[in-house]
Amino acid sequence: MSSDVMAIQSADAAGRSWTEVLHEWVTTVDHKRLGVLYILYALFFLVIGGIEATIIRIQLMRPHNDFVSPQVFNRMFTMHGTTMIFFVAMPILFGFANYLVPLMIGARDMAFPRLNAFSFWLTAFGGFLLYFSFLGGSGLYGAGNAPDVGWWAYAPLASRAFSPGHSSDYWTIALLASGFGSIATAINIIATIISMRCPGMTLGRMPLFAWLNLVMSGMVLLAISPLSAAQIMLLVDRYLGGHFFDTQAGGSATLWMHFFWIFGHPEVYVLIIPCFAFASEIIPVFSRKPIFGYPVMVGATVCIAFVSMSVWAHHMFTIGMNSYANSFFAITTMAVGVPTGIKIFNWLGTMWGGKIQFKTPMLFCIGFLFQFLIAGLTGIMLSAAPFNWQLSGSYFVVAHFHYVIVGGILFALFGAFYYWYPKITGRMLSETLGKLHFWLFLIGFHLTFDLMHVPGVLGMPRRIYTYEPGRGWDTLNYLVTIGAFVQSIATLVFVANLIVSYFKGKKAGNDPWDAWTLEWSVSSPPPPAYNFASIPTVASRRPLWDLKHPEDPDSRYE
Amino acid sequence: MSTIATPLPETTATWKLPYRGKVGMACLIVAESAIFTIFVVAYLFYVGKSFSGPTPREVLETPIFYTVCLLSSSLTIHLAGKALERGRRAAFLLLWLLTIALGAFFLYGTGQEWHRFIYERGLTISTNLFGTTYYSLVGLHAFHVTAGLTLLAIVLLFGLAGRVGPEHSARVEVLSLYWHFVDAVWIVVFTVVYVLGR
Repeated sequence: MSSDVMAIQSADAAGRSWTEVLHEWVTTVDHKRLGVLYILYALFFLVIGGIEATIIRIQLMRPHNDFVSPQVFNRMFTMHGTTMIFFVAMPILFGFANYLVPLMIGARDMAFPRLNAFSFWLTAFGGFLLYFSFLGGSGLYGAGNAPDVGWWAYAPLASRAFSPGHSSDYWTIALLASGFGSIATAINIIATIISMRCPGMTLGRMPLFAWLNLVMSGMVLLAISPLSAAQIMLLVDRYLGGHFFDTQAGGSATLWMHFFWIFGHPEVYVLIIPCFAFASEIIPVFSRKPIFGYPVMVGATVCIAFVSMSVWAHHMFTIGMNSYANSFFAITTMAVGVPTGIKIFNWLGTMWGGKIQFKTPMLFCIGFLFQFLIAGLTGIMLSAAPFNWQLSGSYFVVAHFHYVIVGGILFALFGAFYYWYPKITGRMLSETLGKLHFWLFLIGFHLTFDLMHVPGVLGMPRRIYTYEPGRGWDTLNYLVTIGAFVQSIATLVFVANLIVSYFKGKKAGNDPWDAWTLEWSVSSPPPPAYNFASIPTVASRRPLWDLKHPEDPDSRYE
Repeated sequence: MSTIATPLPETTATWKLPYRGKVGMACLIVAESAIFTIFVVAYLFYVGKSFSGPTPREVLETPIFYTVCLLSSSLTIHLAGKALERGRRAAFLLLWLLTIALGAFFLYGTGQEWHRFIYERGLTISTNLFGTTYYSLVGLHAFHVTAGLTLLAIVLLFGLAGRVGPEHSARVEVLSLYWHFVDAVWIVVFTVVYVLGR
């Protein structure tokens, strides 16, 4: 069946001009095509954000370096942070959710296909607007060019007086546009999961991937909206002469901090929960065991979502809150580690006693497990307010959150790429290149981010343009930069693998991993537009297991 | 191959999930509530912190009449939905028109208040913190009323063209959900601005 569908597709493609194909992709409302557009768009920005990171690292490679000017350096770290969070991590995770959620729950599309296309183009527009600031940021003033106020855009730095020109406005409007896109996507994912499940797919039988994306979408509704509200206030300040964050007129810079971090901390979980979802699908398949503690996994995720809504001010211990606030946010921050720990134990429980296959997706997931654990431990360290007073705003913090984002999120994402690429393209990614990618990236990652903790403890502040020699930071920074280059090379291997395997890869067939969820029951790539010839009916959490083992189906035990 | 051949006839027959429009609107309302919460928090945080006048006590007059207009429009839209469900199109159109009229009245009231503030009291969005937070919060609500009125007007046009029937009842219900939300938000804004904030 898979080869038939592919033959039909290629015959179609041959008969049409590239403008027709382009038109089809631009006007598509198919969840699979939009998913692919999200992912490609995010990969494009991943390369750009990676180049910015490399520029930052070259500048910091040795003391008194002047590879770029201080002004350019400020733009680089601002654009790097903004790009990676809003235009790489968010769209790539939405891309996977878009592509996989309807397939996994046995639906033919999302609940609102046109809204889906609208959200993608809003997000895309936001990204292009942000980067247009490199050209248009100067405006008529001849000052500023690309936002340089840091990705928090703290007041009063983002006010007209300190950020003239339009660069901060591009930042604000880009985030507002992509924020509305994200909210619309979240609405779509929730409506799809609540209202489009195939017969028999009760909430208790839904794949964890769908469950976790449901929770993530709920968090998006509550986390991105405050950011949008705060951005509207910032625009009122900058364009209409408002005083929300204008300390000269009684406004409060602290209020912006609160509003930003009410978004900012749940955002971390918005990004990591879909990665938990990847791990929860990949680890069981390569351990040849069903997931350990399914209901507890769901419960722990919901618990994380709740608790993570009340931890935001641990980013603000150093502004001088009273001791009650400090204690509250320290305790909630430590508490969020409990459900997260439960999840880690459950993944280990899944692997325990399984016949583990060390394929590339599994390797990345194991890397994710270990690194996310360490990232969580430094998180617990930083949640203790007195310790935080010492290290807030240092490279220790930079190392901590990169450990989460690169060591956790990016590793799980790479795993997801290797796992679902065969479904999306119909061809396997090369295992050889995959293993090379994994080991190179692992080495580069640890070289960069393990060592980065140390200059932080030794007092190196984040966002610093350059530093004096002889403070014990020199060699470490040099090695950190080398690690960044190793990671860049590994990423190039990955991109090469994506391209080469698309043309030369081994044919995947419907179900290359002998997996259990519904997306593997259809051809690879799935039939365009309708997914399932007839809507499936499921009786357990692993419908394909039931199909392959009629003598001993899961439905007998659930 | 694309069907899972596990027979479950009894589940299939009774398999019914919530209407996606309603779920989507409920999610939108959650997101919008979060946005309004932030604006309300900002308003309350800045009460009494303006460095210069005019103060809320000096200028605000409680808009009882217009509030009654907006809140009663929730009732009329509810009755309109019921009328449509029972296939009484004329009653539906009349009640729908009444809803729009009440909403428009309310908007006119807000406009009049703003006009008075700007031209008689000299209070604009950049005058002081009260001006900034007042115009933002009330303006955000007025924007939602405007969006709601636009959507209601579109349904009215379709209705006048005879294109809205009982089969569209569920969709009309989704829109009235939004309108109820706009009304509920006004209760919060009213309490915050005209009662607590004085």
